[in-house]
Amino acid sequence: MAFNSSDTAAFKGVWVFCEQREGVIMSTSYQLLSEGRKLANDLGVELCGVVLGKDIKEEYLKALGGYGADKVYYCNHELLDVYTTDAYTKVICDLVEDKKPEIFLIGATNIGRDLGPRCAARLHTGLTADCTHLDVDVAKYKEFLKTTSTIDVDNTVFEENTNLKMTRPAFGGHLMATIICPRFRPQMSTVRPGVMQTQPYDEAGAAKTEIVNVDVALSKDDIHVDVIEVKKAAKKLVDLIGADVVVSVGRGISKDVEGGIKLAEELASVLGGVVGSSRACVDAGWITADHQVGQTGKTVHPRIYVALGISGAIQHLAGMQDSECIIAVNKNESAPIFDVASYGICGDLYKVTPMLIEAIRAAKAAK
Amino acid sequence: MKCIVCVKQVPDTSGVVAVKEDGTMDRAAMATITNHDDLAAVEAALRIKDATGCKVVVVSMGPPPAEGMLRELLAMGCDEAVLVSAREFGGSDTYATSQILAAAIKKIGVDDDDIVFCGRQAIDGDTAQVGPQIAEKLNLPQVSYVAEINVDGKAVTVKRLLEDGYMTIKVQTPCLLTCVKELNDARYMSVGGIMECYQKPLEVYNYETLKDDPLIDVTTIGLKGSPTNVYKSFSPPVKGAGMMMEGADKATVEKLVSILNDKHII
Repeated sequence: MAFNSSDTAAFKGVWVFCEQREGVIMSTSYQLLSEGRKLANDLGVELCGVVLGKDIKEEYLKALGGYGADKVYYCNHELLDVYTTDAYTKVICDLVEDKKPEIFLIGATNIGRDLGPRCAARLHTGLTADCTHLDVDVAKYKEFLKTTSTIDVDNTVFEENTNLKMTRPAFGGHLMATIICPRFRPQMSTVRPGVMQTQPYDEAGAAKTEIVNVDVALSKDDIHVDVIEVKKAAKKLVDLIGADVVVSVGRGISKDVEGGIKLAEELASVLGGVVGSSRACVDAGWITADHQVGQTGKTVHPRIYVALGISGAIQHLAGMQDSECIIAVNKNESAPIFDVASYGICGDLYKVTPMLIEAIRAAKAAK
Repeated sequence: MKCIVCVKQVPDTSGVVAVKEDGTMDRAAMATITNHDDLAAVEAALRIKDATGCKVVVVSMGPPPAEGMLRELLAMGCDEAVLVSAREFGGSDTYATSQILAAAIKKIGVDDDDIVFCGRQAIDGDTAQVGPQIAEKLNLPQVSYVAEINVDGKAVTVKRLLEDGYMTIKVQTPCLLTCVKELNDARYMSVGGIMECYQKPLEVYNYETLKDDPLIDVTTIGLKGSPTNVYKSFSPPVKGAGMMMEGADKATVEKLVSILNDKHII
């Protein structure tokens, strides 16, 4: 039977694209599986991981079950070793057309954001980008709105359905929109890395994972690009997303860039965290882009976020305003960062930070 | 050879974001700019023009005032502009938008040695979907997140950014590239360019112009043709005001640290 994306009743199951790079599954996949597990439970359906690659270790595939997958569709082919839009799109669309999943989640990485729209356009279905929250159950969605919106939930009419409710920030977090794709399947969504929580690993789940080897129909002629080389940046990627504490610097360090960064590093090491930055520092070449927090950088929600000399433009706030405790140090008392800060100190970061480091050290020593 | 560049006029979100009482954005109250990534795409095309003398065509879908932005791009050195504008196109999501833009690009015509450019993403929607979706509809190979371009005849070699490095990819024309703003610094309009921009051709494609294309169908364009719909939109609650510490001396810092300590934050 020909594939028809508008025959919504024919689609069943929740799928997660489990991206691998150099044979290793990306941690985003575990976050998505954890989230996908909840959706699959609410719908009473299977959760499947989809892996494309070449000779991926079986233990890695099994591990996906440890994070909630019932089944793993494994597409093994030498042309799938390194990502290309053409090969991945063909293999995934073939599989979707064959198995017809109801929901398909993809991590919003630089690769996921290339792959998702190409697949959605080919399958003729909707795709919502960079989602931060997903629901199928209306009651759970209402609970979510009670804590995260200004909507009077009890007095608002909600259409009851089991469509995937994909919530995403728009305009730097000033507005949230919940998007649905009611008439076409699969309901596709790319999900921001670092937003969903990874559930604890379950050995028993891993042991009973069903691995399905997919026959891959792919030839060199299907691929219209040549990947000449894949180069990793020399420096190790800063693990901002997983960090418990982030100490970020902004334009306020312009007076003494090296000194400012050194202070941030010292404070971060006292608190057990990593150094982040605003876009301004990256643009000025003071720090590398992998440190950048914000709309075009990374989204973080650490336990403690310290903003040193960051004014708090909405593009920056979008990436950190959900942090549990925000401490801001800024010379300008009307800086917008103070609107979201749990604690604010209006003063010179070069004077305040050393005192802060010393006081925290003393407090820790006293424990 | 020619370069076709898709550009979008977006509200300037770095300025004041005006929100209407119903929680939607008040676009009319905000200044508009050319989307940053798209400007990098225009500059990339103009640099190819500088090197090869090729033609650069800019195309934008939007309301009639977007003509102003297109004139600016003509003043930067682009040769022709196309504004895709019709009521029927309004309310389109990325799927429907890419159908319409793909139809417009087909009308402009994609030759064997042409390159279609887009920005990586627009700052108002932040989806990064329209470029790849246009590529799919036009059946062109795509490379997204392009941070460096070298054109040698029909072979295009690009650097594609990854989170932790980059890929070097070779692709043959015709192809579609989505550019990041780190690619280059866009040039200014020249005085001569501003003088000339009103003499340069600017065509408007409306529903009538494009309706014969198989991509343009009431079921695939506009609000009705969009697979995705807004279920609810809402504003996040205003965060409770935090605590502003008095002063910035040693006593203040020690007080803060003791609060953090008492609350078991550190």
